[in-house]
Amino acid sequence: MSTSATTSPNPVTLDPQTRFRETALVRRKKFTEKLARLTFLTMTLLMIFPLLLIVSYLIYKAAPILSINFILDNPVRGMRAGGIWPAFLGTLYLVGISLLVSAPIGVLAAVYLNEYARENWFTRIINLAVVNLAGVPSIVHALFGLGAFVLFAGMGRSILAASLTLAIMTLPVIIASTKEALGAVPTAFREACWNVGATRWQTIRRIVLPNSISGILTGIILQVSRAAGETAPIMFTGAVFFKAIEKGDIFAYGLFDQSMALSMHLFTISTQVPNVPEALPYGTAVVLLGTVLLVNALAIVLRVYLRSRKKW
Amino acid sequence: MSTYSIQTERLNLWYGDFQALINVSVDVVDGIITSLIGPSGCGKTTLLRSFNRVNERYGNVTTTGEIKVLGKNIYDPDVSLPELRKSVGMVFQRPNPLPISVYENVVFGLRVHSSRTSLKKSESDEIVEKSLREVFLWDDLKDKLKVRATTLQLEQQQKLCIARLLPLKPQVILMDEPCSALDAEATRAVEELMVSLVGRYTILIVTHNMAQARRVSKECIFMLLGEIMEHSRTKDLFITPQNPKTAEYIEGRYG
Ligand SMILES: Nc1ncnc2c1ncn2[C@@H]1O[C@H](COP(=O)(O)OP(=O)(O)OP(=O)(O)O)[C@@H](O)[C@H]1O
Ligand SMILES: [Mg+2]
Repeated sequence: MSTSATTSPNPVTLDPQTRFRETALVRRKKFTEKLARLTFLTMTLLMIFPLLLIVSYLIYKAAPILSINFILDNPVRGMRAGGIWPAFLGTLYLVGISLLVSAPIGVLAAVYLNEYARENWFTRIINLAVVNLAGVPSIVHALFGLGAFVLFAGMGRSILAASLTLAIMTLPVIIASTKEALGAVPTAFREACWNVGATRWQTIRRIVLPNSISGILTGIILQVSRAAGETAPIMFTGAVFFKAIEKGDIFAYGLFDQSMALSMHLFTISTQVPNVPEALPYGTAVVLLGTVLLVNALAIVLRVYLRSRKKW
Repeated sequence: MSTYSIQTERLNLWYGDFQALINVSVDVVDGIITSLIGPSGCGKTTLLRSFNRVNERYGNVTTTGEIKVLGKNIYDPDVSLPELRKSVGMVFQRPNPLPISVYENVVFGLRVHSSRTSLKKSESDEIVEKSLREVFLWDDLKDKLKVRATTLQLEQQQKLCIARLLPLKPQVILMDEPCSALDAEATRAVEELMVSLVGRYTILIVTHNMAQARRVSKECIFMLLGEIMEHSRTKDLFITPQNPKTAEYIEGRYG
């Protein structure tokens, strides 16, 4: 084998100890790599710090007022003292009922779109509509709810009308997120089912749903937070500034009653009522946040339970 | 009882406007292994999938012509698709065990085909053992029946996918490149398994591996661009191909 010093990739004249040294380019790449890593880390921290800060600040400010009675009492003295029971219960009703409507419809519609429907102009239009509706601002839903439920359907301003408005608002997002979760189940699983003669429903029931339930639940839970936090859609359709109800009575509202809601109560006492003690709005915010977190935690428990029930 | 498990008569199939199968007339002999070869995209998978009408699940498919499975035209109105697919099972290129236990994978088909309570534990235990023995997996897996099937080795997964069909007592097993995701050793094992199933099942195997076709199959079908170019005994097809296109293909001039 003849190698000339000029063409050989490993010239013999090179001192072995100098091999694999860093070149200028490698140094630059290493720097960029570090920079990228640092940037991403910073952004993550930037995201987490304010969150922690907000939560601890809220709790710190709310501490003097937080107690079980704060949750169970009516507001008194022009909402400058007392508790938040009517608002708390109202939010539970509104979010609960809206979810009772939008979750089943949304999930079933998504199952149809993803598992049964053929790709044609009709399903394309539906999918387009879903995506676009998911992006409509909540105030538009509010106006729709006012027109459709309060006035046209004659429900008046009521928990029912407000819940349905929230349902309309969350529905497209639930459909979209459920479709995404279903789409993440590998087609190979479905093929395996079809080829032993499973019907579509058996395929969905035994394989597709158990493997997408986590994603589906996550999508729904995110909408709980959204529905609980929105003010605009309920303001026009059923939420009121003030309404006293029986302390601690969870059946205090009827479907056609108007109700208070945490989000709106927070808005009211922070901006509309003068001389409210500082702890009050913070306390309300903490309860709102705590409720949402509790629902999230329940969802996690449910997910773990569902997963443990899946046999393998 | 015909000596042919599958017979097609001028079968044409379109995906939308695209014709994937053109005038396919083929008779697949009972109880032997028939291999199906041809370049990528010539319609092998499509042809397999028409034999249990599962093509219809893949979008906009139009079919004309006749397909008889075990003597019965599968497009007759009284044909139930679940029952058809019970008799005509399929094994895929990538092993696709379901994300449930080994045990549940084997009895999955039975559960799908029986009402909720009619499958007794003792019965299903027996069936699982029998099916796993039939695919030479019992000794490896008898202590792992509760393990999630997707965690097995690929070879075991593929054998399990075959075992999954057996409780349904299929007459025909369609295999779409069943070894292409496996290494040489696993391929040999799966081939051995296929050969051991000869006689009890009609096996139709798609393969890109000529040597495999020659090793395992008694008859061989060569397809090109949606048409059947040649169908004869494997030996004859590889030694004295009648169609010049066949000769070109097996000499490796395309795909
Ligand atoms: N669901 C589908 N929709 C539209 N066209 C399809 C569909 N499935 C397959 N085709 C087309 O039909 C033709 C035959 O496909 P098929 O999968 O049957 O080929 P194949 O012989 O199995 O190829 P390979 O060896 O790559 O697996 C290809 O041109 C393919 O693009
Ligand atoms: Mg194929």
